[in-house]
Amino acid sequence: MTASEKVLMKGNEALAEAAILAGCRHFFGYPITPQTEVAAYMSKRLPKVGGCYLQAESEVASVNMVLGAGAAGVRVMTSTSSPGVSLMAEGISYIAGCDVPCLIINVQRAGPGLGGIQPAQGDYWQATRGCGHGDFRLIVLAPSTVQEMVDLVSVAFDLGDRYRVPVMILSDGLLGQMMEPVVLPEPQGGLPPKPWAACGHGGARERNVVNSLYIEPPELEEIIARRFDRYAGIEASEQRCESYLTEDADVVLAAYGASARVCRSAVDAARGKGIRAGMVRPITLWPFPVSAFGQCKAAKAFLTVEMSTGQMVEDVRLAVNCGRPVEFFGRTGGIVPSPAEVLARIEDVAGRYA
Amino acid sequence: MPTIIVDDTRCKGCEMCVIACPRKIIVLDKSAMNGKGYHPARLADPSGCTGCGSCALMCPDVAITVIA
Amino acid sequence: MPARFERPKALVDVPMHYCPGCTHGIIHRLVAETLDELGCEGRTVGIASVGCSVFSYKYFGCDMIQAPHGRAPAVATGVKRSFPGDVVFTYQGDGDLAAIGTAETVHAATRGENITVIFINNAIYGMTGGQMAPTTLPGQITQTSPYGRDVREAGYPIRVCEMLSTLDGVALAQRVSADSVKEVRNAKKAIRKAFEYQIAGRGFTLVEVVSACPTNWGMSPRDSLQWLRDNMIPYYPLGVYKDKGAEE
Repeated sequence: MTASEKVLMKGNEALAEAAILAGCRHFFGYPITPQTEVAAYMSKRLPKVGGCYLQAESEVASVNMVLGAGAAGVRVMTSTSSPGVSLMAEGISYIAGCDVPCLIINVQRAGPGLGGIQPAQGDYWQATRGCGHGDFRLIVLAPSTVQEMVDLVSVAFDLGDRYRVPVMILSDGLLGQMMEPVVLPEPQGGLPPKPWAACGHGGARERNVVNSLYIEPPELEEIIARRFDRYAGIEASEQRCESYLTEDADVVLAAYGASARVCRSAVDAARGKGIRAGMVRPITLWPFPVSAFGQCKAAKAFLTVEMSTGQMVEDVRLAVNCGRPVEFFGRTGGIVPSPAEVLARIEDVAGRYA
Repeated sequence: MPTIIVDDTRCKGCEMCVIACPRKIIVLDKSAMNGKGYHPARLADPSGCTGCGSCALMCPDVAITVIA
Repeated sequence: MPARFERPKALVDVPMHYCPGCTHGIIHRLVAETLDELGCEGRTVGIASVGCSVFSYKYFGCDMIQAPHGRAPAVATGVKRSFPGDVVFTYQGDGDLAAIGTAETVHAATRGENITVIFINNAIYGMTGGQMAPTTLPGQITQTSPYGRDVREAGYPIRVCEMLSTLDGVALAQRVSADSVKEVRNAKKAIRKAFEYQIAGRGFTLVEVVSACPTNWGMSPRDSLQWLRDNMIPYYPLGVYKDKGAEE
C-alpha cells in the first residue's frame, strides 16, 4: 500500500502500524482486553522490520522494560487497558522522574477493579493527575477517530522526545475495536539524537546516569522546578482541541474520544431543533485546552458528556473560572450514551439557561 | 621492597585487612583517627610485607594500594 | 615502583557509603575489575536497584540507570533488547531480587535474557534498618522477626540459585561468598565467567554472593564473617548450580 491510499483498519491495529511508521521498533506489553490486538499486531510486524516485540510477564514488567529502553534512548511504547495502567503507575512515576520519553496507550475499559471489558472513560483522573506518585505530568492525547489515532501517534513520539516526558494516548474500547478508513503517514526518518541516553559511553563522553533519586532536598526541589518550567512551556504551546459550532453557541458541550462522536450527532440534532449548541472537543487532556473554553463568549452553560461519573467537569469549571454553570451527563459500566439521551440533556440545559 | 599504602581518608577501620593478612602485620592504629572517626589500618611491620595483596583484596573501600 | 594492586578504572574514585566491613564494596570492585579486564566499560550499562546499593550508580564508571525496587531485570531487558551488543548487568540485594522482584528475576532467567545479575545475599534488609528478608534464616532475629524467624508464621527462606537452576534459559547460576581471600578470588572468577557468558550470548547469568551485614546483624565485621561461615553457608551451599558452558 502507498502512504496516500485509504485502508480500512481496526483502531488498535492502526495505532500499532502508525507507531512503526513513526520509527518505534520496541514494544513491551501484556495481553488485556480490549487492547490485545495492539500486542498481537506488533508481534507480527515488528520482527519483519528488525524490531523487538517482547511479551512481558506483567504490566509491571512491561513498563519497566519501557523505562530501560527509553533510558537507553530508543522510541519505545507499551499498550494496556485501565487495570494495567494502575500496575504501571509506579513505572510511570519513575519514567517521569527520570525525564525519559515513551508512549503509553490506555484503551480504557469500565472500572473500578476488574470492572468490565466494554468502553469507558473512567481513567481521566488517573491520566491527567499524573498517573503515579509525586509531582509530575504526562502529556495526554485523546483521539476520537481512527484517523486521529494514527495522526496522534507521531505527535506523541515527537512531543515526548522534544520535552523528555512520557506521553499517553487515552483511547477506549470503542475506538480500539472500530474499523474506519485511514490514510497512513510516510515512514518517519531522522529521529532526534539523545545525548543524555544511557546506552554505553564508548569512551567518547562522560557517563550518563538516568536516575530519579535525589536524596538532598534542595537538589530535588531544583530538579522538580526545572521540570515544571518545561511543563509550563508545554501548557503554553501544546494545547490542542477542536471547536465545533461554538462561536454563537448558548450551550457548549465538552467531550473527548468516543463521547465526542456521540455529542457531535447530538449537537447537529439540537441545531436542527433551533437550539444553539456547540462542542469543545479536547484533543490534549493535559495540557487542558483552557483557551478554547475561554473563547466561548456566547455560552450560557457548559455540559460535559463522559463515559464516567464526570471526571472532566472540574477542569471545565476551572477553565471558565467557575463563572458559568458546568453540568454533566454520563453513563458508566461500559455503556456508551446515545445521541438521543445527550440531545434530551442539551434541551434540558438550554431550557434552563439559554 | 613490597609495601602497602593505606588511604586514611577512605579507611573505615573494619579490620578486614587485619584478618586477611597472612603475616598478621596489619593493625588498626588506635593512636590515630581519620575525619570519619575511624582508626585507620597501618602496616605495623613493613619488612614483613610480601606484597601478596590479600589485604587489598578484602578491603571493601579500595583504600589499599599494594606496591610490589 | 609499579603498583601490583590498585583501584580499577571502572570504579569511580569516590568514597563509598557502605558500612565498615560491608562486603558490597568488595563485590563492586570485582565487577569493576571485570569490566576493565574485558575492556567493555564503554559498552556497558549497569542497572542500580533499591537497597543499600541504591547508590551504586555513583560508583561504576559505565552508563547507569536507576530502577524501581525489584524491577532491575525488566529495565535491563529493555536496554539489552535496544542495544544487544551492550553488556548489561544488574546489582541487586535479597529483598530486591527475591521478594518484590521475584517475577522479574524468574522471567528474565527463563527468557534466557542475555544479562548478568549480581545478587548480594546477606539475609536481611539493610537499607531500611534490618527487617526480615526472603533469605533470612529460620530462627534469625531481625527487626520484623524479633523472636527469631518462625517458619510456621513466616515460611522458609528461598534458595535462589537452586530455584533458578531449573530454568532452561539460565546459562550460569553460581553461589560464591565474600568471607575470605580464597572465596573472594573464587567470586571474582565466577563474576568474570558470568560476563564472558553474556558476551558469548549464552543466556542469563547470575552470581549469588553470600555476604555480611555487620550493622544489622549486630556484630563486628570480624564476627560477621564467622557468623556467615557458621550459619549462612550451611543453608546456602557454595557451588555451581547451572553451567551451560560446562555442559557443552
